[in-house]
Amino acid sequence: MSTQPDLLYTEEEEALRAAVRDLLADHCDAPGVIARTESGAPHDTAAWKALAGTMGLAGLLIPEELGGQGATHREAAVVLEELGRAVAPVPYLTSAVVATEALLECGDDELLGRLASATTGAALALPLNTAAGGAYKVVRHEGGALHGELTGIADAAIADVLLVPADDGGLYAVDADAVTVTPHPSLDLTRPVATVTLDGVPGRLLGDAEPAVRRALRAGAGLLASEQLGLAEWTLTETVRYLKERKQFNRPVGGFQALKHRLAQLWLEVVNLRAAARAAADALATGEDTDVTVAVAQSYASPVAVHAAEEALQLHGGIGMTWEHPVHLYLKRAKADSLAYGTAGVHRAALAELVDLQAP
Amino acid sequence: MTDAAELRRRTQELLAAHPPATTGRLDFLRARFDAGLAWVHYPEGLGGLNAPRSLQAVVDAELEAAGAPDNEPRRIGIGLGMAAPTILKYGTDEQKQRFLRPLWTGEEVWCQLFSEPGAGSDLAALGTRAVREGEDWVVNGQKVWTSSAHLARWAILIARTDPDVPKHAGITYFLCDMTDPGVEVRPLRQITGEAEFNEVFLTDVRIPDARRLGAVGDGWRVAQTTLNNERVAIGGMRLPREGGMIGPVAKTWRERPELRTHDLHQRLLRLWVDAEVSRLTAERLRQQLVAGQPGPEGAGMKLAFARLNQEISGLEVELRGEEGLLYDDWTMRRPELVDFTGRDAGYRYLRSKGNSIEGGTSEVLLNIVAERVLGLPAEPRTDKDVPWKDLAR
Repeated sequence: MSTQPDLLYTEEEEALRAAVRDLLADHCDAPGVIARTESGAPHDTAAWKALAGTMGLAGLLIPEELGGQGATHREAAVVLEELGRAVAPVPYLTSAVVATEALLECGDDELLGRLASATTGAALALPLNTAAGGAYKVVRHEGGALHGELTGIADAAIADVLLVPADDGGLYAVDADAVTVTPHPSLDLTRPVATVTLDGVPGRLLGDAEPAVRRALRAGAGLLASEQLGLAEWTLTETVRYLKERKQFNRPVGGFQALKHRLAQLWLEVVNLRAAARAAADALATGEDTDVTVAVAQSYASPVAVHAAEEALQLHGGIGMTWEHPVHLYLKRAKADSLAYGTAGVHRAALAELVDLQAP
Repeated sequence: MTDAAELRRRTQELLAAHPPATTGRLDFLRARFDAGLAWVHYPEGLGGLNAPRSLQAVVDAELEAAGAPDNEPRRIGIGLGMAAPTILKYGTDEQKQRFLRPLWTGEEVWCQLFSEPGAGSDLAALGTRAVREGEDWVVNGQKVWTSSAHLARWAILIARTDPDVPKHAGITYFLCDMTDPGVEVRPLRQITGEAEFNEVFLTDVRIPDARRLGAVGDGWRVAQTTLNNERVAIGGMRLPREGGMIGPVAKTWRERPELRTHDLHQRLLRLWVDAEVSRLTAERLRQQLVAGQPGPEGAGMKLAFARLNQEISGLEVELRGEEGLLYDDWTMRRPELVDFTGRDAGYRYLRSKGNSIEGGTSEVLLNIVAERVLGLPAEPRTDKDVPWKDLAR
């Protein structure tokens, strides 16, 4: 390994963070997000329009000549940190990262242009828990039409275009209006999954599915670590704040050593996660040492984000168990994220191959 | 302002006047000190040039390229890292002139007489007494976990000069002559079989008042300079992947497939990831320091590495199977440096147990993170206003 990854944030990245945080403060307050989860339209389309369109964030990874921002995964990672902090119900990761990466691999300028202008949102039609290199279900391509049922598709309900892998090895763009999308009650209220049924629908061939899917899922896994960092950061900060305020036994609960040590331990984990997530974002941007760095980040991030959310719930006591308090949104997202794009165990198994620590 | 070019010029001047090939080691080190190139951020006349600390690397690189001898910094770490900054900050001109040069050249080794059998994490409760008699202080007590005491010419010492005030207020800081007849050094054998450390018994040791550092009763504040510098060293090193204790385990895993089990594989992969992430965190901390944005992350590094060293070496003993039942050498030895890589897995397992105790226990460090980084309330204090002599012990 010749160079070390740049693990800091640039001034521009900090400015981007501030802008996204401002916007989310206006759009994504916790009571609003909680109310929306039961509205039948859990996605916050207004926030998504502002982020994707007005701020142009949908095109961060898309080259300028196609109407995008021509930025890198480093900037996208900062956006995801903030979206994680707000547990925002917007399809940024699924559309502006994963589907976009698949289209970049296929070189589909037309769709990329539409995604960059935020007039279209897309979803890769694979179960959310599929890891790069893992097996996935495909649909039948027969008589010029696609037939089949695909399950576990995150953010399908808000996608305009679905990117569907078929049994001929191709990846097809399918208009969402032509398929049946059946949303399911999902563990993660803010990133629900759906079943997509294709009943002889036309699709436009984009290219080979295998490399596109692999690239998309690797980028998704690497940048998911930044979303998980945002989740963990919010839960830690909020828990520390609450424990300074909450009094029992005539003193702030945060003064009890049993709790202080748990929070200090969690802080350490979050500090580590920041380094791992920045390394993954930088590696995706530079293309150096990417497979190992992404696998390290995903092996580390999921247990930390889940631990942070579980500690937040426990240390909030009874209030943490209520529907009214937002901590459950973070727990549900963190737990679903721990499956997304491969569990920590799947990524450790990948590492065993990558760094030559073979199984017995 | 002394810049890099000026430092390079002065270094070349030193090398020309005292060619390393024909100059004795000590003579060269003394000349280097007198040229202000020992620690460039120190004042002129005391081994420095009032230059930015970051420029020391410029001098070191020039000298290394010229094959010049160094002062073996790892061997005299307590002097360089702890005694020197404290003497610089609180010493009289006379003390600075007398002590800093032979300290830096390594002619005089220093040790630290702080911890006591009854004062570990609660160092301020220490009971070694110093009583004023004429121009001297007469010191009686016992110190423990003193590395280099058997090699040291001098010690930094904190002792109780007033038992009638609360514990932090009655402490005074001294520079103690280790050749005084009342100083007895006994090796303290540890679980590894060797004795890196010592117990030091002080019986009617006479310390002239001129070797007091700082005001009477101000020793706790003076000691903070010493202790803060103890923790500075961690985190500056740039490690490659598998550069730490995970390296030998990964090597064994690759070379000895017959030792592999599924359980060990799962644990190895977890620890490999943890080690790599800690390495990235240390690298991030280093980048922050270089960019002039020091963060609080350093507070956690020692905690993380203590746990990693312990878990990795524990795994390594299991991995080695039948060999894990053996131990390389129980002979009572007196190593000058901790040698993690030159010994077997069993040694690493046992020695790393000390990592979560020495230099602040992990439990105390968690308190520090909770209180200073997260701003959580401090522990309730029942000893704050109680005279030291009335404390429970």
